[in-house]
Amino acid sequence: MSPALIALLPFIGALLPGLLVRSGRSVAATACGTATFVALLGLLLHVPAIMQGEVITARIEWLPLIQLNANFRIDGLAVLFGTLILGIGLLIITYARFYLSRQDPVGKFYTYLMLFQGAMMGIVLSDNILLLLIFWELTSLSSFLLIGYWRHLPAGRQGARMALAVTGMGGLAMIAGMLILGQIAGSYDISDILQAKDAIQASPYYLPALILILIGAFTKSAQFPFHFWLPHAMAAPTPVSAYLHSATMVKAGLFLMARLWPVLSGTPEWFWIVATTGLITMLVGAAIALFKDDLKALLAFSTVSHLGLITMLLGFGTEEAAIAAVFHIINHATFKAALFMTAGIIDHEAGTRSIARLGGLRKLMPVSFAIGTIAALSMAGIPPLNGFLSKEMMLYEASHLELARQFFMVVATVAAVFSVGYSLRFIFHVFTGPERDDYPHHPHDPGFGMWAGPALLTVLVVLIGLFPNVMAGWLVDISASAVTGHEAHSHIALWHGVNAALIMSMTAIAGGIVLLNLHKPLLAAWESAPRPEAKDIFDGLVLAIVRAARAITDSLTNGSMPRALAFFTLTSLIAGGFAWITGSAGPVTRPMLPIEPVPFIGWLLAITATGCMVFFHRVRLLALVLVAIVGLITSIFFAYFSAPDLALTQISVEIVTVILLLLALNFLPKRTLIETSTVNRGWDAFIATLAGIGFGGLCYAILRRDFAFDTISGYMLENSYKLGGGDNVVNVILVDFRGYDTFGEITVLGIAALAIFALTQTLLQGKSSARLRNWVHDQRRAGDRHPLMLVIATRVILPFSLMVGLFIFLRGHNQPGGGFIAGLVVAIALLMQYMASGYAWAQDRQTIPYHALIGAGVVAAGVTGIGAWFNGKPFLTSAYGYFKLPFLEKFELATAMGFDLGVFLCVVGAVMLALNSLSRIARRAGETVNEKPMDIDLSEEQEEPKGAL
Amino acid sequence: MELLVATAIGACMAAGIYLILRLRTFAVVLGMTMITYAINAFLFVTGRLVVNLPPILREHGEHAAYTDPLPQALVLTAIVISFGMTAVVVMMALGAFIESGDDRINMPQDDRVMPPLRTIDDKPEDETA
Repeated sequence: MSPALIALLPFIGALLPGLLVRSGRSVAATACGTATFVALLGLLLHVPAIMQGEVITARIEWLPLIQLNANFRIDGLAVLFGTLILGIGLLIITYARFYLSRQDPVGKFYTYLMLFQGAMMGIVLSDNILLLLIFWELTSLSSFLLIGYWRHLPAGRQGARMALAVTGMGGLAMIAGMLILGQIAGSYDISDILQAKDAIQASPYYLPALILILIGAFTKSAQFPFHFWLPHAMAAPTPVSAYLHSATMVKAGLFLMARLWPVLSGTPEWFWIVATTGLITMLVGAAIALFKDDLKALLAFSTVSHLGLITMLLGFGTEEAAIAAVFHIINHATFKAALFMTAGIIDHEAGTRSIARLGGLRKLMPVSFAIGTIAALSMAGIPPLNGFLSKEMMLYEASHLELARQFFMVVATVAAVFSVGYSLRFIFHVFTGPERDDYPHHPHDPGFGMWAGPALLTVLVVLIGLFPNVMAGWLVDISASAVTGHEAHSHIALWHGVNAALIMSMTAIAGGIVLLNLHKPLLAAWESAPRPEAKDIFDGLVLAIVRAARAITDSLTNGSMPRALAFFTLTSLIAGGFAWITGSAGPVTRPMLPIEPVPFIGWLLAITATGCMVFFHRVRLLALVLVAIVGLITSIFFAYFSAPDLALTQISVEIVTVILLLLALNFLPKRTLIETSTVNRGWDAFIATLAGIGFGGLCYAILRRDFAFDTISGYMLENSYKLGGGDNVVNVILVDFRGYDTFGEITVLGIAALAIFALTQTLLQGKSSARLRNWVHDQRRAGDRHPLMLVIATRVILPFSLMVGLFIFLRGHNQPGGGFIAGLVVAIALLMQYMASGYAWAQDRQTIPYHALIGAGVVAAGVTGIGAWFNGKPFLTSAYGYFKLPFLEKFELATAMGFDLGVFLCVVGAVMLALNSLSRIARRAGETVNEKPMDIDLSEEQEEPKGAL
Repeated sequence: MELLVATAIGACMAAGIYLILRLRTFAVVLGMTMITYAINAFLFVTGRLVVNLPPILREHGEHAAYTDPLPQALVLTAIVISFGMTAVVVMMALGAFIESGDDRINMPQDDRVMPPLRTIDDKPEDETA
């Protein structure tokens, strides 16, 4: 099975529970289990080839320009982690089926779980670090959803937020580190990076890259000082804790360190950072675990400790240590997942996870007792279980270090003492002791479905312990080979003779028993001792950041819009001024064009209109007319400077905009009062003048210089006819070269129109509707609402204007015109009917809803684009040909025409829908329906406006 | 000519900025329209000023001189999109006026009080399940 398909299967599985959950929990669980099982099968089928030393790859080009390709690889390390993820995933899916109750939204749970599983598989199978980063972030997000699954519990939500904040921040750091790494290696493919060890370690950027990547790995794997999120994530349902927080997600950081081990390890920096962090984490986690009362918190901190152990082994940087690390990953996954599930069973059946309220469950829950005891003994490192083997290997490696050997030996032994202590506590404080009569529930063993998973894992614990080379040797070999980069052979044995490691092990067991017996006084001492609480520090930090952010926000935007905009303008000015002063603009290279009289008059008009507009802006109608003058001059400006398409667009948009503003002004007050002091206005004028000078100066600076870089327009001019089949380069760019942009833009335009429609809908309901019904117009209405001349003229003109629209549309590919302009022209022609003959009259005569036009436009453009796929071309590749019909000139038919048609429809629909919405408001405010095509409202002549209602 | 164009664009921008600093919605809408003119013209002139050389190919000719078509294509869609933006803003202004009978742009003083900050642990009573 292709590696890509294996990574995809869980995602497919994620879709099923939502669809199937109505058929019950079992069906949803079975569907997920099937997808997981098939993926696991597909993975395991590759094992024989991988044992021959092969690496299975699949390469799919995704975004080759930024080297982001969906490349997957399966090697030994991927097999190890993939088996853990899918294998334990299967057990968890079964377990969760029985753990979750009927009230829980099970479909959602399984969807999140499969999403997470897919993300994890993506991480371990990626052969491209950018792809890996995507999956990495996806695990953070899906684990957020899973931790907060019981969203009615505040602890769940807080834990989820904390986990997302910590791992998400780490992920950001890691993105930076990975980008540096990829830059050094010259490729983002892991296969290539693994070949570039010398270049990477010699680079001056090695240390920053290493630290950034390690921050990502440490946060994910809960290494000190980022360990605090993991215990809080235990608010999740137990299947999630067992899956994410013991077997898989927290091991993603370890996976990454193992994956990049060949290129990053072996330096003193690596040793000191990684091994020391691992050592401290191992000690801190184990010590805290000993004193936790919550069963899951105990397991959580023990997980932190074991992750530290594995990190330390990877930090040692030797091949033997890497083998030990890989072996401990397997062992930890088996016994810890079993322990978590046991804790879940106890919580489920006894009704509490508090160790203080438990004890004496041995007889009540014999099966759980057996499972929990064996797994806990393995965690303690008692022979002959698998935990003993790998812990022994760890101690052996620590005692053979070249650097700081005694230090590591002592601290590792102390940590092991604690580890034995909390493991024994799990057995003796929960299961043995006298039976109690105050359990919240009556405890008993659960059904087979719930204990089957942990039991299977416990069998593995024993079998791996007794026959390590048969059971796990092959897996250790292939994965250790993948980590170290050359073939590794492990010889795992129970008995090595009496050596330092054995003595350390025995010391640990003896010390652990002592700790267990002294637990009560030690706990009292621990409780009274002052110690930093990581959660408080985290919360305080978050609060401080929020406070600072709010202080800044409040000072900039306190609800006063001019204040915010003034700050914004000033900031832009300062940034621009800074760039102007520090940068260099280059010499003036372009001569000025001579000033002609006609453009000079245009300039004079524009300046005068602008000045008058500012001066008279309180008389709103006059200001609107003056704005329109500026708009008209803008379109003449476009026409003069060789942009006929722009001139046509600007003038038609101008008309539509003015109509729109007039319609709105119908309701708004007609004058603005002076509300600000002279000083305030002077200050505003000062800011505005500065902005004007800055912006004008920027224009002038650009206009006097040639292009700083080669323009890409040369390509478009050259190929417009050859590739796009059109002479109007602007139109060819719109519908062909940059068709994707245009597609987005018409969609945005359509959405804007729909937003306007939605706003109108809300205005026409409730309180505002009542206000509208009783609207008092502040001006007298015109007597002849639909002037005869206008009505006749617009009706006569309509066919001609539609024809002009068609003409402009058809010529658009070769002459100024096209879908945008034609759409605006047709919209104006229709608007004229509304204005001249009244809304109701016009609305009765048109049958196509404008929403449909927008939709049809977007669909037409999209379908044209998709059509290219059937010719094996990318989206929106155009084809064209020339045709001759009788009586007509030869004309061209390009597929781009279909796209332009979409643009046309969308523009017509959007413009009409926007203005139509305003007319609906006007009607609600009492604009009467005229029965005849032309009417004169005589009532207005005699009466005052009908506001007396 | 360059100087004329630059001063006109600058004047448009200054007028626009002055107007968006006013306190009533209609002035702000007009100001945004003016800024739109200025920005569109600015984008357009990044193709530099060229007279009488529209980017319409003659004889499909490759060797003739044309002005830069790319800023034109960008500005063309920008003009249409800015219409969409103006329409939405006008509609919002109108809606606010009809709802509240007031076309002030600032948030009323009463609404400016922010809720007090909470730490993650301060939870409302009803959430303690």
